[in-house]
Amino acid sequence: MANVGTLNKPVEKEAKPAVNNVKIKDINYSKINQMESFNGFVKKKNTFLFGVTAAFLTLYILLPILAFTPVLQQKWIGNITGVWVYSAALFIMTVVLCMLYTKMAPKFDKMAAEVLAEYERDGGR
Amino acid sequence: MNLVTIGFFLGIVGLTLIVTYIAAKRTSSASDFYTAGGGLKGWQNGFAIAGDYLSAAAFLGVSGAIALTGFDGFFFSVGYVVANLVLLYIIAEPMRNLGRYTLADMLTARFNEKRIRGVAATGTIIIVILYMIAQLVGAGALIKLLFGIDYWMAVLIVGVMMTTYVLFGGMTATSWVQIIKAALLLFGTTLLAFLVFSKFDFSLMKMFDTISAEHGDQFLVPGMKYTSSIDSVSMMMALVLGTSGLPHILMRFFTVKDAKTARASISWTTWITAIFFSLTIFLGFGAMNFVGIDAIKLENAAGNTAAPLLAEFLGGNILLSFICAVAFATILAVVSGLVLTGASAISHDIYGEILNDGKLTEKQQVMAARIGSISIAIVSIILALFAQSLNVSFLVSFAFCIGASANLPVILYTIYWKKFNSNGAVAAIVTGLVSCLVLGAMGPNVWNPVEGAAIFVGEPLVKLSVPAIITIPLGFIAGYLGTVLTQHKVESKKSKEIYQEIRVKANTGVSVSDVSH
Repeated sequence: MANVGTLNKPVEKEAKPAVNNVKIKDINYSKINQMESFNGFVKKKNTFLFGVTAAFLTLYILLPILAFTPVLQQKWIGNITGVWVYSAALFIMTVVLCMLYTKMAPKFDKMAAEVLAEYERDGGR
Repeated sequence: MNLVTIGFFLGIVGLTLIVTYIAAKRTSSASDFYTAGGGLKGWQNGFAIAGDYLSAAAFLGVSGAIALTGFDGFFFSVGYVVANLVLLYIIAEPMRNLGRYTLADMLTARFNEKRIRGVAATGTIIIVILYMIAQLVGAGALIKLLFGIDYWMAVLIVGVMMTTYVLFGGMTATSWVQIIKAALLLFGTTLLAFLVFSKFDFSLMKMFDTISAEHGDQFLVPGMKYTSSIDSVSMMMALVLGTSGLPHILMRFFTVKDAKTARASISWTTWITAIFFSLTIFLGFGAMNFVGIDAIKLENAAGNTAAPLLAEFLGGNILLSFICAVAFATILAVVSGLVLTGASAISHDIYGEILNDGKLTEKQQVMAARIGSISIAIVSIILALFAQSLNVSFLVSFAFCIGASANLPVILYTIYWKKFNSNGAVAAIVTGLVSCLVLGAMGPNVWNPVEGAAIFVGEPLVKLSVPAIITIPLGFIAGYLGTVLTQHKVESKKSKEIYQEIRVKANTGVSVSDVSH
């Protein structure tokens, strides 16, 4: 219960600063959108995100497909069949990819901050 | 019912009411009501999302399903866990960067049209009602079983409690009810699993040997419930993709201040759910072995009381009472989240933004939100009272199917596809929604040749119990065709500029608070 007292400090109603404390007013979005550094960053980020997503979805959907084949129905370790081992591997994959994302995300934050800093440096609009 | 049971029960009620009382003092604006002022910390929101995930269906349903059908029940566990990754990798951060209170807010940040808001809100309300009926009917039956009170009384108690939390404490109270429930559930499950594991001398090999020798190898492979690959593939697709389209899950990302915290939230949720669903093996096998399949079926044919029965075997009346109280808290927390989400669609999207052009004062918005909460609660309670004798637990899988087929395509296109237009958005939502409802209504959950096995007697026209494998591609195709076929009719310069803004905001999180128009 101790935590209930600390929930939600009074919340500021004004617009909050953007990520990494970069404050920008009247942002020229189409200019940022055209910046080479921005497009490079988005491309890198999306390649990573969608690449990993495609990989884990493929591994995941193989479970209900392979689960009905003899491969995963066999006993692998003692009486433990392949389906359980494969499922356990999917659990481990989930936690590992979660940690990978947490590790990669600050790098993307940094790249985003650099893009915004460059935009500021060039005089905004 | 005895004193220990009543004690735990009142403890839960008391604790949640105290939280609601404290939260009520902090709930004055619309932003407080819908998003707890955006002030939750990462771990808090992570526990709260886990609270939404781990419904009674997940706790009681999955452990019961494993106890009765072995590995087939465990498919759900795998689906719920991997679903976290979809949220984490491609949904959570852009969602936080673009939205305000609801899914419709996020979509209208790109397409500022009332029809977009209208279809998105309709989808939300349908998902909420389907999900809620399943939860309330399950809750009524469960409470009747656990505490021995009448079904209608049980539904009313749950109904009054959930309305109280939401009405007075808004999202702050709802979040804390979720957090408390997730912590209790995690503790209770760990305790049960530990006790089961100790009976197998802490040896996985011994546990599997026992199941194989005493109950048979068929419990160690799929095939007792799902006989074909295609049916289970379809169900698994709905689980992994549907989670990212469930409005009450998406809404939780607006309760934190920025994308970083949204990321931390789902990271917490991933750990919590991965631990919880690993433990369902011990609960399921424990119940199968120590309570016995016949004894479980005798209490409830679907196995929903397997976990409480296991608790009784392991720790007598005290543990049984504790687990029942945790189950009760679970139900309360999930339905409260649903009421709030339903209210956001009715009061914010339809009443506030569509009918009043977003011109309500802060006070009017909060009033509208409260009236919306009461309306959605009353409708759900009435529907649940009528649905008492029906087996409606499959409605949850319909909700996942609609989330995956109607909401996910439109979310992904809105964030990531430059050419996407509002006609495509309407086409995707309507096609996904209608195809799920129509194909679902023709499926084996609704039609069964054996009387009493489903709602109607007859041969199902669609063999899939969850039609996701057809409807998800339909939703994506409709969004694509709706866009390319009407391309020339849409003013392209303006929409290009808006997409540039969306793309910059989604990727950098710049000026989160002025996104909604």
